[in-house]
Amino acid sequence: MQLFIEQLLNGIATGSIYALITLGLALVYGIMRILHVAHAAVYTVGAYMGLLFFNLTGSLLAAILGSMAVCALLGVLIERFVYFPLLKYPPFVPLIASIAILLSVEELSRLLAGPQILTFPAVLPFPELHIAGVTINSTITAVYCITALVLALLWVITTKTELGLAMRAASQDRAIADAMGINSHLIISITFVIGSAIAAIAGILVGIYFNQIYPTMGAIPAYKTLAIIVVGGMGSAPGAVVASMLLGMAETLLIGYANIPLPRDAIAFIAMIGVLMWRSEGIMGSR
Amino acid sequence: MNGYLVTIATIIAINAIVASGLNVIVGFAGQISLGHAAFFGIGAYAAALLATKAGLSFWVALPGVIAITAAIGLLLGIPSLRVRDDFLAITTIGINFIVEAVFNNFEFFGGALGISGIPRVVLFDLKFRGTEFLYLCLFFLAVVMIISWWLTRSWAGLACFAMREEEAAASSVGISPVRFKLLAFVIGTGMAGLGGALYAHFMHFISSSDFSFPLSVSLLSMVVVGGIGTLWGPILGAIIIGILPELFRPLIDYRILFYTTLLLLMIRFQPGGILGENSLARRVFTKILPRGKK
Repeated sequence: MQLFIEQLLNGIATGSIYALITLGLALVYGIMRILHVAHAAVYTVGAYMGLLFFNLTGSLLAAILGSMAVCALLGVLIERFVYFPLLKYPPFVPLIASIAILLSVEELSRLLAGPQILTFPAVLPFPELHIAGVTINSTITAVYCITALVLALLWVITTKTELGLAMRAASQDRAIADAMGINSHLIISITFVIGSAIAAIAGILVGIYFNQIYPTMGAIPAYKTLAIIVVGGMGSAPGAVVASMLLGMAETLLIGYANIPLPRDAIAFIAMIGVLMWRSEGIMGSR
Repeated sequence: MNGYLVTIATIIAINAIVASGLNVIVGFAGQISLGHAAFFGIGAYAAALLATKAGLSFWVALPGVIAITAAIGLLLGIPSLRVRDDFLAITTIGINFIVEAVFNNFEFFGGALGISGIPRVVLFDLKFRGTEFLYLCLFFLAVVMIISWWLTRSWAGLACFAMREEEAAASSVGISPVRFKLLAFVIGTGMAGLGGALYAHFMHFISSSDFSFPLSVSLLSMVVVGGIGTLWGPILGAIIIGILPELFRPLIDYRILFYTTLLLLMIRFQPGGILGENSLARRVFTKILPRGKK
């Protein structure tokens, strides 16, 4: 039983991290209908930048803020110079461009930072918790708290502010939104800023959680998050969060507790195909 | 030709066969597939198992290999029919991951050790090795190209083109999208199976990592770089993508970066591919040949 609870808590932490990575992808898909595979590249850069700023300043807060700024800039650059000019082409064109960005960034980080695994020696200033005889270490507490904070902030932004209203308008119909006086290109850029900044947080959290940062750390998340947004309902941010949590728990429990002989990373895709056959709009999507 | 060049040329020819198959699915029928390496792998594994476990010769096994791959293509094409565009791209990525996982995790497929000891191709007393094997691949490439060419001229191909441009309009004039999507899947995956069989007999050893997702990406890149939907595009793409890493070999550390950056620039500024409509090469070409076909 204790093992089960431990695995469950680990699963929620894994799910939280998936949610932080997937959110940006869901936001971008919602507003631009582009599969932003290169989001995982932003996440990798976020982890490296976090480590760089941490080593330079010694402050974790500075590391997180600096990394968020760099990633937001990177996200906007990708949007301005690659995706936006390609919007008029069929969807596979920006998709391939996105994969090319991901591979280029992986290579660039390998060349600049070296192929070896770097460690992230930061300790997150969060308390250890003891619940029902199970100890939750400070990193997992931090993952919970930061994820909850980010989700709450994002919820407030998208539902309570005028910016959120404009984002929803632009994601429903860009042309109409433009006609109503919304600068939809600016809204798209802001969406990239938000999504990429969240990816930076995810990168740093993963770096600290597993204590390793390496050039291809974005490879698996890049494709797994695609499966997650399908399961959650394309472009639906709440769906992305729910699907991430479910997947995180499913992976951890099935592999760690039930010991099923399946590769961990295939579960997301099996779930995806199941969901597509059952309900092709995803668990929280709409048609 | 020395062995190095023959090896590269053989790999390029095999890739051109597989990329032509992908072109039938993506270029002709407009179905984005990012999991073509899975079918390449299914062909290679089928050929390897038939050769090592059943002891069949390449020639006897080949129709079976193509049939198996095409049948699995048909089977996996059915769920893909329910989804379009982006969803299809993700579904096919999923198919690639699952197929790779099955090869890697089941003892029957050799597990992580792969399958080794795949025999040489023999016809009467002639053993195909080196240059002979290259000629064999080129022969099959020609067959694949003839099938592709026939497809562009046939009713089925025209129906596919119509469906690619506007599915609703095509179905309103009596073209069944389901039938032609599946037809494209079957032909395209069959070609991948052929390529896989050649690959298995060329390498003598295969493992699941040979058919992972990055290969699917480079196959799609070949089709896109060369010119999507054109007859010669996939071949040109296979040549370019096959040769580039070799040309960049002196810059061994930077070559993948150059190569991915080139792909990015290519897709950003010439998304139709080198031979695609409205491309630079095609415009120059039609200027030189004013009566240029198409």
